[in-house]
Amino acid sequence: MSTSDTRTAILHAPDSPPSSPGARASLPGGFGRYLLDNARKNGILLAFVVVVVVFSILQPKFLSPANLTNLVLQFAYVLILALGMLMVIVLAQIDLSVGSVVALTGAVAAVVVVRGGAPWWMGVLAAIAVGLVVGAWQGFWVAVVGIPGFIVSLGGMLVFRGLAQLILDYKSLSPFGGTYYNIANGFINGVLGGPGYDIFTLVVFAIAVVGYAGSQWRARMGQIAYRQAVAPTPFFVAKLVVVAAVAMAFAWRISHNRGLPFILILLAVLIMVYSMVMGRTAFGRDIYAIGGNRWAAELSGVKVKWVTFWTFVNMGFLSAVGGVVFSARMNGAQPAAGTGFELDAIAACFIGGASTTGGIGRIAGAVIGGLIMAVISNGMQLMGVSQGVQPVVKGLILTAAVAFDLFNKRRSVTAA
Amino acid sequence: MTDTILEMVSIVKTFPGVVALDDVTLTVRRGQIHAICGENGAGKSTLMKVLSGVYPHGTYSGQILYDGREAVFGSINDSEALGIVIIHQELALSPYLSIAENIFLGNERRSRLGLIDWGRTNADAAALMAAVGLDENPTTPVGAIGVGKQQLVEIAKALSKDVRLLILDEPTAALNDTDSEHLLGLLRSLRDQGITCIMISHKLNELIEIADAITVIRDGRTIESLDGSDATQERLIKAMVGRDLSHRYPERERDVGPEVLRVEDWTVCHPTQPGRVMIRSASFTVHAGEVVGIAGLMGAGRTELAMSLFGMSYGANISGRVFLHGGQVRLSSVADAIDNGLAYVSEDRKRYGLNLLTDVKTNITAAGLRKLTGPMLGWVDDNEEIRVAEGYRSALAIKTPTVLAGVAKLSGGNQQKVVLGKWLYTDPDVLILDEPTRGIDVGAKYEIYTLINEMVAQGKAVVVISSELPEVMGISDRIYTLSAGVITGEVDARTATAETLMELMTREKDTFE
Repeated sequence: MSTSDTRTAILHAPDSPPSSPGARASLPGGFGRYLLDNARKNGILLAFVVVVVVFSILQPKFLSPANLTNLVLQFAYVLILALGMLMVIVLAQIDLSVGSVVALTGAVAAVVVVRGGAPWWMGVLAAIAVGLVVGAWQGFWVAVVGIPGFIVSLGGMLVFRGLAQLILDYKSLSPFGGTYYNIANGFINGVLGGPGYDIFTLVVFAIAVVGYAGSQWRARMGQIAYRQAVAPTPFFVAKLVVVAAVAMAFAWRISHNRGLPFILILLAVLIMVYSMVMGRTAFGRDIYAIGGNRWAAELSGVKVKWVTFWTFVNMGFLSAVGGVVFSARMNGAQPAAGTGFELDAIAACFIGGASTTGGIGRIAGAVIGGLIMAVISNGMQLMGVSQGVQPVVKGLILTAAVAFDLFNKRRSVTAA
Repeated sequence: MTDTILEMVSIVKTFPGVVALDDVTLTVRRGQIHAICGENGAGKSTLMKVLSGVYPHGTYSGQILYDGREAVFGSINDSEALGIVIIHQELALSPYLSIAENIFLGNERRSRLGLIDWGRTNADAAALMAAVGLDENPTTPVGAIGVGKQQLVEIAKALSKDVRLLILDEPTAALNDTDSEHLLGLLRSLRDQGITCIMISHKLNELIEIADAITVIRDGRTIESLDGSDATQERLIKAMVGRDLSHRYPERERDVGPEVLRVEDWTVCHPTQPGRVMIRSASFTVHAGEVVGIAGLMGAGRTELAMSLFGMSYGANISGRVFLHGGQVRLSSVADAIDNGLAYVSEDRKRYGLNLLTDVKTNITAAGLRKLTGPMLGWVDDNEEIRVAEGYRSALAIKTPTVLAGVAKLSGGNQQKVVLGKWLYTDPDVLILDEPTRGIDVGAKYEIYTLINEMVAQGKAVVVISSELPEVMGISDRIYTLSAGVITGEVDARTATAETLMELMTREKDTFE
C-alpha cells in the first residue's frame, strides 16, 4: 500500500544508504527517537533492571556476594533448559517433557556413578546419551510422523518420569560427591590469589568484556563498511559502558565470595554457542523460517523434517545437561526431580518475548526471561515470602509480561 | 425517500504520519451497483471501513449522509443495524461450521427455551441459499465448498440481516470465470430487488460490464465519477494510474533458444485420495528465452502440475520423466529442484511465498541462503546478505524504505517482487510463475511483465500459469491449455484467440478419454 509506504518512510531509515563510504548513518529523528525505539524493543531488559533494583532495595542482602553466587548455582538449570526450549518454541512447537528428562538423565547418572561406582565422566556421558536418545525419539514422532510436539512431549513427560522412578526404584540415590558434585557446586578460586577477593574471576570477566566489546566493534565496522544504518555513536558507546560496568560489578561481587563458579563458565559457553546458532547460522535461520511460515519454508527448500528432528534432539541434549547440573547441585538423584522445570523454561521464553505461534524469539530474550524468574524466586525466598505466594507472583508476572509484549506490538503496529 | 442512498462528503482520514483519505466524496444512488476502483493503497478499503464504522465516527472528518440523515457509527454493529453490510475480501466464515450455522452466526434462530432451533435454522438457510443460487445442503461444512460458493454464503448471510447497502471488497478476486459470472448475475438480481451495492474491484472489464456508476480513487482523492455507460478500460486505467497505459503488455523481441525443460507423460494422483488422478499424462517443453503460458480454469490442475514438478511438493504416485537440458533428472525434494535450476513462485504469496514475520532481506535470501554461508558451520554472512538484498531491491524496484523493513507492510506488488527476488537469487534456469499478478494493481502488473521479459532476455525459461486469458495471451510465446488435469492443446500465442483457448480449456473429460 502506498499509504503504509509513506508511513514507514517517515519512521525508518532514509531511502538511500549514505553515499560516502564510512559515513556514520543515523536514523532520522536522532538519538531520542532511537532510544525510544530501543526502549520498546528492549522492554524486557528494562523489566529485568526494575526487578533487580526493586529487590535490592527491599532486601539489601540481595546484592551480597554470597547471594549472587547462590543465584547462579541455584538457577543455572532454568537457563540451560530455556536455550533449547526457545529453539523449540520458535519452531512453533513445545516440549513438555524436559522436567521428566531431567529426572531420567539424573537418575541414569546416579545409577552409573553412585550405584555402579564408575568415574564421574561416565555418568555425564551416560546421561547425555540418554538425553540424545530421548530427543531422537520425540523428534521422530514430531518430525517424521507429524504428531504435534505438545502431544508427543505430553506422552514423553509421563514415560520418562515413570522410567526415572523405575530406575531409581522410587527412592533417591545419593551422594555423588567428588568431581560430579563439583560440576554444579565447584569454583575456580585463588588461581591468581588476591587480597580478600579473587583476582582470577576479575581477569576472566575483564577478558570476556573486552572480547564482547571487540566483537560489537567489529560488527559495527562491518555494518558501516556495507553502508548500513547503525546506532548513533554515543548510544553505542553508552551501551558498551553499561554492559561492561554491570558485568564487572557482578564480577567484583562474586569475587568476594567463593570465586568463579564452574557452572557460570558452562552457562556462558552455552549461551554464546546457542546465540550464534540462532543468530548467525543457516540452521538457526531455518528454524525461524519454519516457525514464521512452514509452507513457505518448505517451498524454499528448507528441510523441515530434518531441522525439526535435530531441534528436538538438541532439546534432549540440553535436558540431559540440565539433568546433570541439577543432580550435581542436589548431590543425588530423586524420582521427583525436575517436576515443573518445563514450565519454568517455557515461561522464560515467553517472558523473553518469544511468540506463542512461533517464528519470533531470541536466545538473549529467553536468558533474560530466565533471569527475571530466577531473581524473583530468589528475592522472594530471601524476603521470606511464603511458599504459596511465590508461584502466584510468578504466574502473574508471566501473564503480565506477555500482555505487555502484545500491547507493545499493537502500539508499534499502529504507530508504524 | 430520496434518490440518493449514501453521500460521503469531504472525508479526511489520517493515520500517524500519513493522510489515507484526503477529501473523498462519494455519492451512491439508490438501487444501483456502484463500483469503486483504484490502485492498491489508493484508499478504497479505508473508505469502506469509514463507511461501515470500523473506523468510528470522530476518527475521521467529513460527513456521511445515509438515507438523507447524518450517520454516526460507533462500530460495525451500528452500520449493520441500518442495513449496511460489508463483505471483506478475505471471507469471514468458519470452515468447520455448516453453511446454515455460518449464515446465522451471531443471529441464531432460537426456540422458546433459548436453544437453537435447528429445523428453522436449516429451513431459513435453505430459503436464503435458494435466493443466492447456492445449490448445497445447508448442513454441509463451509470448508468443504469452493471459494465461489463461500462468497455466496457471505451474501446469504448479508441477506439474513436485511441488507440495504451491500459492500463487496474484491468479490471476484479469487473466483474463476464461471463463478464470477454467477456472482455478477446475482448482484444484478439483488439490484433489481432494490438492494444497493458498492463493489470494489480490480477487474475493469467486469466493472464496466456491471456497474451503473464508477468512482475512481487515487492517492486518497476522488479522481472522477462517471456513469457505467461512459466507462472504457483505457479511461479508467488512465484515471487510476494518472498516466496512459497504451501498452498493457510490454513488447519483447522473440528469441527462443534450445530446449531447457521437457516433461513427458507426467501423471500425479491426489495426495490423500490415492485413486484420484489430478494430472494425466502431461507432456510439454520449455525453451530458453521463452515464455510458456499454461491456461486453465480453476481446478484444472495448474498448480498441482507446477508443484508436483517442483520437487514433488504436491501429490502422490507421481510418474513420468523430467529432462533438464536434455538429461533426465529426478527431483524428489524442493532442494533437488532448486539445485537443478528450478524455481516456483506460488499463487498464494502470503501462505506459500513469504515469512511475514520477518524482513525483506531475510525473505529474499530464504531460498538461496546456502550461497551466503561459509564452509564452516553454515555461518551466514549477514553483511553480504544485506548487499545481496539491496541489489535486488534496486534491480526489481522494490518500494521499501530499507531491506530491514518488515515484508508484511509492503503492498501486494512489492511483496511479489520480494518473492521474485528470492527466486532470482537461486539463479534458476526455469521459473514457474503461478498467477504472478494476482491481487496486484495495474502499475505493478506492468512492472512484473517487464521483469518477466528481462528474465527471458537473459536466457531463462519462464512458465506462466494464469487464469486471466488476456494476460496469458499478452505475455506468452506459446500456450498450453489444461482441462481437468489433461493438456488439451498447444497454441502459438501469436495466433491464439480467447475463443479458441477457452474452447480448449473447457473440454470435457469424456471428449478425451
